[in-house]
Amino acid sequence: MAVDVATVRRVAHLARIKTPEERLEPLAQELNGILAWIEQLNEVDVEGVEPMTSNVHQPLRLRDDVVTDGNKVADVLSNAPKSADGFFVVPKVVE
Amino acid sequence: MSDLTKLTLKAAVDGLKARDFSSEEITRAFLANIETANPRLNAYVLPTADKALDMARAADARLAKGEGGPLEGAPLGVKDLFCTDGVQTTAGSNMLKGFVPPYESTVTANLWRDGAVMLGKLNMDEFAMGSSNETSAFGPVVNPWKSGVSNADLTPGGSSGGSASAVAGDLCLAATASDTGGSIRQPAAFTGTVGVKPTYGRASRFGMVAFASSLDQAGPITKTVEDAAILLRSMCSFDPKDSTSLDVETPDWSQSLGKSVKGLRIGIPNEYVVDGMPAEQMELWEKGQAWLREAGAEIVEISLPHTKYALPAYYIIAPAEASSNLARYDGMRFGHRAAEAKSLTDLYETSRAEGFGKEVQRRLTIGAYVLSAGFYDAYYVRALKVRRRIAEDFDKVWDRVDAILTPSTPSAAFAIGDRQIDPVTMYLNDVFTVTANLAGLPGISVPAGLDKAGLPLGLQVIGKALDEATVFQVAGALEDAAGFVARPEKWW
Amino acid sequence: MTDKTFTIQGRTGPWELVMGLEIHAQVASRAKLFSGAAVGFGAGPNEQVSLVDAGFPGMLPVLNKFCVEQAVRTGLGLNAQINRRSQFDRKNYFYPDLPTGYQISQLFYPIVGEGVVEVEAEDGSFFNVGIERLHLEQDAGKLIHDLSPTESYVDLNRAGTALMEIVSRPDIRSPDEAVAYVKKIRTILIYLGTCDGDMEKGNLRADVNVSVCRPGQYEKFKDTGDFSHLGTRCEIKNVNSFRFINQAINYEARRQIEILEDGGTVDQETRLYDPTAGETRSMRSKEEAMDYRYFPDPDLLPLELEQAWIDEIRASLPELPDEKRRRFMSQYGLSQYDAGVLISEQAKADWFEAAAKGRDAKLVSNWVTNELSARLAADGSDFADCKLPPAYVAELVELIETNVISSKIAKEVFDHVWNGEGSPAQVVEKHGLKQVTDTGAIEKAVDDIIAANPDKAAAVAEKPQAVGWFVGQVMKATGGKANPAVVNEILKAKLGL
Ligand SMILES: [Mg+2]
Ligand SMILES: [Zn+2]
Repeated sequence: MAVDVATVRRVAHLARIKTPEERLEPLAQELNGILAWIEQLNEVDVEGVEPMTSNVHQPLRLRDDVVTDGNKVADVLSNAPKSADGFFVVPKVVE
Repeated sequence: MSDLTKLTLKAAVDGLKARDFSSEEITRAFLANIETANPRLNAYVLPTADKALDMARAADARLAKGEGGPLEGAPLGVKDLFCTDGVQTTAGSNMLKGFVPPYESTVTANLWRDGAVMLGKLNMDEFAMGSSNETSAFGPVVNPWKSGVSNADLTPGGSSGGSASAVAGDLCLAATASDTGGSIRQPAAFTGTVGVKPTYGRASRFGMVAFASSLDQAGPITKTVEDAAILLRSMCSFDPKDSTSLDVETPDWSQSLGKSVKGLRIGIPNEYVVDGMPAEQMELWEKGQAWLREAGAEIVEISLPHTKYALPAYYIIAPAEASSNLARYDGMRFGHRAAEAKSLTDLYETSRAEGFGKEVQRRLTIGAYVLSAGFYDAYYVRALKVRRRIAEDFDKVWDRVDAILTPSTPSAAFAIGDRQIDPVTMYLNDVFTVTANLAGLPGISVPAGLDKAGLPLGLQVIGKALDEATVFQVAGALEDAAGFVARPEKWW
Repeated sequence: MTDKTFTIQGRTGPWELVMGLEIHAQVASRAKLFSGAAVGFGAGPNEQVSLVDAGFPGMLPVLNKFCVEQAVRTGLGLNAQINRRSQFDRKNYFYPDLPTGYQISQLFYPIVGEGVVEVEAEDGSFFNVGIERLHLEQDAGKLIHDLSPTESYVDLNRAGTALMEIVSRPDIRSPDEAVAYVKKIRTILIYLGTCDGDMEKGNLRADVNVSVCRPGQYEKFKDTGDFSHLGTRCEIKNVNSFRFINQAINYEARRQIEILEDGGTVDQETRLYDPTAGETRSMRSKEEAMDYRYFPDPDLLPLELEQAWIDEIRASLPELPDEKRRRFMSQYGLSQYDAGVLISEQAKADWFEAAAKGRDAKLVSNWVTNELSARLAADGSDFADCKLPPAYVAELVELIETNVISSKIAKEVFDHVWNGEGSPAQVVEKHGLKQVTDTGAIEKAVDDIIAANPDKAAAVAEKPQAVGWFVGQVMKATGGKANPAVVNEILKAKLGL
């Protein structure tokens, strides 16, 4: 499954990382190097094996439906690159 | 008075309690060391002298009243991955330069509850992605150790390189660190210090900047095994704010130290012999087996057949989780926002291209790729299945052995810049440590000897889930037998 | 079925519609799905936001038990399979209203599986809509575009609010069916108390997947389960009123037919309904490169439910609309239509039952569904906060049943009662509205009118229907209080009919 320049361009966009055209080819090579090394996983017999998403063998804990948080607009906005009147401000979003 | 900064955490805490010296005194001593050393070692990204002195004086006031917690007055360093209320937290990234969390991580909150003093925030690989601290936006950390054959600056390992370097260089009594694939144990091995990654779920991840959620665990880097037991106990707690936190008691692991290992069965996995491993590392491993055998333990050869697949599986799982965890760094609510952008999409892409370094970008790209349509099953799901195989390997040996002994790393510390050419070569640093992360097991690296060039080498002990007690017991025996007392010569 | 399938006549022949709906229903919880911030309407910007909702570094989700319970409750109300083990997944995409860069949802293992809902169509017939799944997920925040010409403002109050997404099978075949289905789901949710169903506030929204096909194709799809027999579908996002659902589907179907008849192909895409323009348009900005990279959320663990808890929730379910309708028909002898109107709102049904005890249920039903419903509607109110005690309508009906007042006078009585003048009996007393059954008084009025209108009296012999005029005059003369039956009796006798 070799990665080409078009794939790198698409994936970089999915990850929202601006990647100049001249970086695409070297990046494709790097990724192919890593992926080639990862390919060895195909040697493992995983027939019937349940994917392992976590090391924690306990059911999910649930919390009560109680309001314990919020009302901290100053904290929420404290690191905002731009805010106004209690809102985060971002470039115009066209829907 | 002798140099307070050379004390162990245990000795310092005892001395403080006995009022042999004050927290302010020892804190000032460390601050002085930081001032001299940091321009060369670059271990701290942000020393917090004023805060440290305030905390020290408050600790002294409690000590004067005969009060105080188990870490009362002890000056520690904090990896810059832990969010600290009102103190900049960057995770080693330009993305978070200037980010000041209005909250405290549970791990650090536990330390302050127990009376510790914060000296500052420690340098690290960007978002904990690296094995040499060279990916930090604040420049590489330098290892206090020098090779006997060259004057080149060595890496302290990563990603907790700042923590390891600071402990080895006497810039703090001990430090917090975090380990996703080996980021505590590998730098500990490279710097002659002790590093512990506890069982997944022991230490809360709340307030710790996430790299790969299913693998990340906090732990200490210290000068001795006993110090590690003391600090780990303070760091761990059940935390209802973390859904993966284990609702279990945190034992007093220092009780395990000094206990004989007689009758313990120690597994030696034959898959941990890798090509190109230096003879000294191999010899040290054998020495470790001999020490334990002499102390009455039984050495058992075991097989963990899927070991070689751990790293490739890790390099799918960790980047996949990271690609999602790091999506929040988009320049909208916090973090770096590009000054100029043509559109919303352009703002996202430019902010993230400017904010993230090369290695982070590389991993986020891999992560997005392995999760993308058409590749999810072939890469991600397969890696999760291999992960189970690796965990099962361990499950199968626990009825035959009580702990496993391996080398911590395939080599000693290398020179900064040495392994940057090929990412895979760099990734191989974690070959012995990453299995414990995938299986969620506790692991410790103990300094056990020096290589030909006079650089420290470590041995790793891996235990059953939640059985840190045995891990500490074996680690203590190794520490006693090794009698490792070498210290880096001060050159800074 | 086939003979009454809804079709749209195109230039080249008839077309049929196939629709599946995704309904997003906001869980009526106090706090959010994964954080302790409040859920609600009308707070200042970003006031109901925790650092978890804002996606700050190191913040972690912890699941709200009540929201899980509501999902189970709803699943049971939809006659659906409750999955004892489910899992939360991340749906990854970048958007300024999505603080973490992913929505926590349930793709691979939803909490609720297959179910079925019986829906009543306009003509009183029933059709079934299959439920594919119900899953829990987080809502996004809100973007405000009109506070600045060059920038958008972000309010995260809504971010992280719990939603139940109810996904139907493509079993809906006309715009009316789509509306009836959404109405039915809304009624069930309100009965269950799991969602307030307030569409104006956006607490219930529908995404409508519309495709068109030629007659016969749907049957092929049904037989084989092969979607290739159907046309390409477009998803119309977030339609938030019944009227708009109808309009959007009609517009979208015609748009697709036009494309197909011109020899084109329909692009599978997400579209937005613009009620002002009355059209759907492509949401290309959201559409580009949609690859959500779903994977299990590593901050959470599989959700495991105890069977005992599910049974407990099942035992606490109220009587649901279908059961209630059947009971109203058998217990009160109401028609399917009347029962359907009454059960459409739980409060209305309850109100009816409180008033109908021991009375003529059909009569009570008429008062509830006509007069009272109209008054409440005029006040912009509903049965849930109806101030009128049900006992008053019961009393009013009793007065009619016992001939104390006529049905006509009852309307007047109701007016006074509605205005707060007391119980119907008190009003009748106060305003002297009792029916006159005293034949002497009525006879006198009849005699007077016949005497004053001899020509009309003569004409009645030829045109018996004209007696109505006399009835009216007598009623007028007695202030409407004369018993109409008695009046008729006497008139017939005096006019020799
Ligand atoms: Mg949907
Ligand atoms: Zn949804």
